[in-house]
Amino acid sequence: MKRALNIGLPIVALVLVVWGAYQGLAVAPAERMMGEVYRIMYVHVPTAMMSLLAPTVVCIASLAYLMKSTRAADALAEAGAEVSVLFSTLCLVTGSIFGRPTWGVWWTWDPRLTSVAILWIAFIGYLALRRFVDDPDKRATWSAVTAIIISVDVPIVYFSVKWWNSLHQMQSNPSTVDPRMAGPLRINITAWFLVFLALLWTRYRIGRAEQDREQSTPTGEPKAVLRMSS
Amino acid sequence: MTFVGEVLTLVAKDLRLEWRSRARINATLFFALLTLLLFSFAAGPAQALQAANAPGYLWLALLLSSVLLLGESLRIELENDSLEALRAMAVDARALFVSKALTNALFCFLLGVVLVPVAVGLYGAEVKLGFPRLVGVVALGTLAIAAPGTLYATIAVQIRARDVLLPLLLFPVLVPGLLASVRASSLIMQGDPMDQTGSWLLLLAVFDALYWILCTLMYGRVIED
Repeated sequence: MKRALNIGLPIVALVLVVWGAYQGLAVAPAERMMGEVYRIMYVHVPTAMMSLLAPTVVCIASLAYLMKSTRAADALAEAGAEVSVLFSTLCLVTGSIFGRPTWGVWWTWDPRLTSVAILWIAFIGYLALRRFVDDPDKRATWSAVTAIIISVDVPIVYFSVKWWNSLHQMQSNPSTVDPRMAGPLRINITAWFLVFLALLWTRYRIGRAEQDREQSTPTGEPKAVLRMSS
Repeated sequence: MTFVGEVLTLVAKDLRLEWRSRARINATLFFALLTLLLFSFAAGPAQALQAANAPGYLWLALLLSSVLLLGESLRIELENDSLEALRAMAVDARALFVSKALTNALFCFLLGVVLVPVAVGLYGAEVKLGFPRLVGVVALGTLAIAAPGTLYATIAVQIRARDVLLPLLLFPVLVPGLLASVRASSLIMQGDPMDQTGSWLLLLAVFDALYWILCTLMYGRVIED
């Protein structure tokens, strides 16, 4: 089972990403208003979805840590936060490239853009906090508290910016999209979801291994040094 | 001792400590005034532009100086292990949080009350709907800064790189609070023909309530050993 996850999942994800890119670039028809430019949607929409899914994982794992104090939950939260920063970066970059030809600007203060940007910088702060705390228990607790504070913030950011200013088009759904476009989009969403899972799982395993190392050498020093001093 | 009794005793302790030195609040006040001056240099001498941006400058100056206040207020608890001593006396962690956050909110509020007339004068702004309402926004806005600010400051003072980490953690979370405070202030200063101030104040109040409850509940975990 683990072997399938470790090797099989990344391979399947990669194959699907390539197939999805082919579908999006070559098979799907050009868009009536935006022409070829819209094809970046096949990457932008899935990464935007994952950039919201990842913080959800962090939030749930952090709540689990605060209730049960299990190290696995802490490792999952850390993995989720790193994957979250990666996907928010991808979402913001592809969004900017999409926005320039369609809206005429690289950046606008739209609720969804701003929420993802705040999430991005907030999770960078979260990861910075983790780097600066040496005590594993304190690190896990403090970062769980931080993750919950960030999670509560996201909907408030969304609504406050929505009241403040808005330009983003309404979300499309399968009924408003040509079926010849919906098919490739579904493939790409599945593909990027598998990439998300593969990255999350790999980072989680690394996190667990790091925890084992920390536990066996509580001071963080190499074992040989401890043996010499005792 | 009841919860309220504990909170009041701790607030009195913090106020007494601050009164004895008065250095922290004085230095922060001058830092805030300096920030207001710097904003006008950055914006250029055009009076209309400065007046239009006055609410934003006011809140940024208040935010930046609040971070200094927050960091200091928790740093003094680490000196001579005062926090340890409080914990050893079995003080309720929630009372500890509420008292610290209340003292911080009070000092930020006083700072804001001094900054408002200075900003209005310096930038040539007007306050069309009157000062009392603006002071009300300052009260709600500083409550928004104080709750997550006190919790994050408690974490930040215990680690390396505290000076950079506190704003890095705090500012993203405060975005909605800052946005609502600036919008409400500018509507009060520049006039509110569409009657929108109420909805911004509601947003700010919801933000305050959420974070005061959430941070009070989680504070015990933050200071546990």
